[in-house]
Amino acid sequence: MASLGELERAVMDLLWAGHEAATANTLRDLLAQSTRPENGTAGHEGKDLAVTTVLTVLSRLERKGLVERERGTRPHRYQAVSSREDHTAELMHEVLGSAPDREAVLARFIGSVTDTEAETLRKLLGLS
Amino acid sequence: MFWTSWFLAVLAIALAWPVPVLLSRAQWPARSPFTAMLLWQAIALAGGLSMIGAMLVYGLEPIGDNLLAGLKALAGMVFTNAPTTSLGFWHVFALSAAALLTAHLVFTLLLTYYKIQRQRRRHRELLALLASPSADGPRTMVINVDSPVAYCLPGGARSVTVLSDGLMAALEPAELRAVLNHENAHLDQRHHLLLWAFAAWRQALPWLPTTRLAQEAVSSLIEMLADDVALKTESKATLIKAIAIVAGGNSGSPAARMAFGEPELCDVGPGQPGATGGAGSARTTASRVSRLLSPQPPLPEPLRAAVLAACLLLLAVPTALLIVPGLLG
Repeated sequence: MASLGELERAVMDLLWAGHEAATANTLRDLLAQSTRPENGTAGHEGKDLAVTTVLTVLSRLERKGLVERERGTRPHRYQAVSSREDHTAELMHEVLGSAPDREAVLARFIGSVTDTEAETLRKLLGLS
Repeated sequence: MFWTSWFLAVLAIALAWPVPVLLSRAQWPARSPFTAMLLWQAIALAGGLSMIGAMLVYGLEPIGDNLLAGLKALAGMVFTNAPTTSLGFWHVFALSAAALLTAHLVFTLLLTYYKIQRQRRRHRELLALLASPSADGPRTMVINVDSPVAYCLPGGARSVTVLSDGLMAALEPAELRAVLNHENAHLDQRHHLLLWAFAAWRQALPWLPTTRLAQEAVSSLIEMLADDVALKTESKATLIKAIAIVAGGNSGSPAARMAFGEPELCDVGPGQPGATGGAGSARTTASRVSRLLSPQPPLPEPLRAAVLAACLLLLAVPTALLIVPGLLG
């Protein structure tokens, strides 16, 4: 059985790739398909995967603010809140931002550098 | 009591302004970053201690011969309604200010801690979905970003170093090892705790010169300490080249910013060096490189010992002034 973390990742990959809302049943079927080739003929992960597990994963993702549920429809249809690119941009904004209280969150190899400084550095080191 | 409070006040003022200004201009911290780091910590701790201590001792002066007796008398006034007539307006004012400042410092420290933890947790959650594990080890992840980016996200056992695809493509294996060793040094030496404390110190007292200078100095010193660790396994030329490539790739080039679709980042450009911390970190990179290009010998042993003695005195003197009279009396 795949861990919840791995399943979260697999579900998000499906939602990001699909561009449209999907039900837990659809997602379970897609997950079963995608795990089969890796496990040869057995495909045990797909068979073991219950819809309730997918729902657990979806509610965890919902709590993290990564997926949203369409209200009113039954069964619920889920979709990603923002695209993979938007989330990557969110991360990079946190990394490249330079507010003092952000600097304590993570440590970058190189802080912000101005154009002129980067140019000086390159010249200094004989890189073009 | 009276002289103690004046001495502590003078110490607090010295540590709030002239001492940090001088230390931030000094050249030697680049030669012995670890010693300088200890000195900054001693200055911050002793500064806070003497600031609060001066007000406390002044406020308690009429009701006790020493701090402990004064505190006992004060507790009597608060809890058993003993007469407070012996305390004048300024004494009550100083005591209130000491209590408020203490609460403010502790509260800001905790608030900053929760803010940082929340941001880190969110960051880790997204990384778990967006980044893939790297071949370099369990603590390393690779994220699909074109610019060369490397950073570490502290979190105890879940600490992780993140490299971008762009970085992996731009760097030779040895340069990559230098970057990884640098980031792992941050994690191993728990630099995030220092950054947290000094970020909170600045957040709490932003108008005090020492808090900004101290935070900038500490940010810069931890980079030097991490560089020194990277130099243990990789050559100086390798590290410098890695710095230059990453700095070049992250600099103003609009392409690098457009890649993230992040217009806000364009605020940090040439000529307007970062609304907040940009100027500081640019200085950090420059001083790191010049330190690598023209290395200076570390401070001689006696001088380092003298600085360490100064650190101890800075912490011991205010503490002793506050506590020892009470123990003797």
